[in-house]
Amino acid sequence: MKDQKRETKGGKLKRAFLCAFPFTIPIFAGFWFLGLTYGIYMNVSGFSFWYPMVMSMTVFAGSVEFVAVSMLLGSFNPIQALVMTIMVNARHLFYGISMLDRFRGVGKKKLYLIFGMCDETFSINYTAKIPEDVDRGWFMFFVTLLNHIYWVFGATLGGIFGSFIQFDTEGLEFVMTAMFVVIFLEQWLKEQNHISSLAGLGLSLLCLAVFGSENFIIPAMLLILAALTLLRPRLEDGKGEKL
Amino acid sequence: MTLTQQIITIAMVVLGTLLTRFLPFLVFPPGKETPGYIRYLGKVLPAAVFGMLVIYSLKDVNVLAGSHGIPELLAVLLVIVLHKWKRQMLLSIAGGTVFYMLLVQLVF
Repeated sequence: MKDQKRETKGGKLKRAFLCAFPFTIPIFAGFWFLGLTYGIYMNVSGFSFWYPMVMSMTVFAGSVEFVAVSMLLGSFNPIQALVMTIMVNARHLFYGISMLDRFRGVGKKKLYLIFGMCDETFSINYTAKIPEDVDRGWFMFFVTLLNHIYWVFGATLGGIFGSFIQFDTEGLEFVMTAMFVVIFLEQWLKEQNHISSLAGLGLSLLCLAVFGSENFIIPAMLLILAALTLLRPRLEDGKGEKL
Repeated sequence: MTLTQQIITIAMVVLGTLLTRFLPFLVFPPGKETPGYIRYLGKVLPAAVFGMLVIYSLKDVNVLAGSHGIPELLAVLLVIVLHKWKRQMLLSIAGGTVFYMLLVQLVF
């Protein structure tokens, strides 16, 4: 503790940044590509680059930004836009519940950490083993900030260059799947029983098969919630995770 | 849509996203005791969420047509093998992605 107190703030920030950056490299690959796709999509839908730039900055939630393009092209219906956004982004509620403890005591940064909690940022901030000598709050801050920058960068470039960009990167989008598989595995190797992991995987797959790719997330969330609630007597007392 | 209507629409998307991200923190502030049920969910949910995200990222794969999801399946298996073997996050992700790109560009 004494060493940490003596360290300058700059040193602390630098260490957190250097520790956070490698974790975001897969996101860099995924986000500039997806961001570019999104920017191009907006461009060919007739919007100036200001739209993807401002929206990637202020919304910072990939899938709903794609949905928002069709909202903007349709007739004006703000309530529908709000309800649709909440439905598409409902999974974030689970992230918040999982992060209640981890975001404690990080100061004002907490607001930005919550604002920037997209799928990828949440996954890294939840699973990363942050070394003892690295400030947790700043680590999570830099993960969030870097991911945010990659996304805005990709979306803006796509919006500026639009259809001039030639794609020679078919299949690159798999980088996000690969990352989620790795994060799932990390959790799997860490936990004592796999009930929750299997429930998440199995119930989501079931709902995808039944409701289709557009509508499966909400039913999947409800089923997961129901399953975990019913299994509480078995899973309680931290038995789900090794300490 | 006029510019004002567009701005309102975008503001609604921002508001909806903020709501889904901030709501748990507003309902369960640090000063107040978080109910046991919510703390329990906070512990067991992430594992299920990661499973859900794997499926979510594969949701547009069509197993009935095209390449029937075979490249995705093979690449996911490679990611698992690489990760079990070396447990290097970047290696597993890069290896699986490059393999997938080769599969969809050259084989399927």
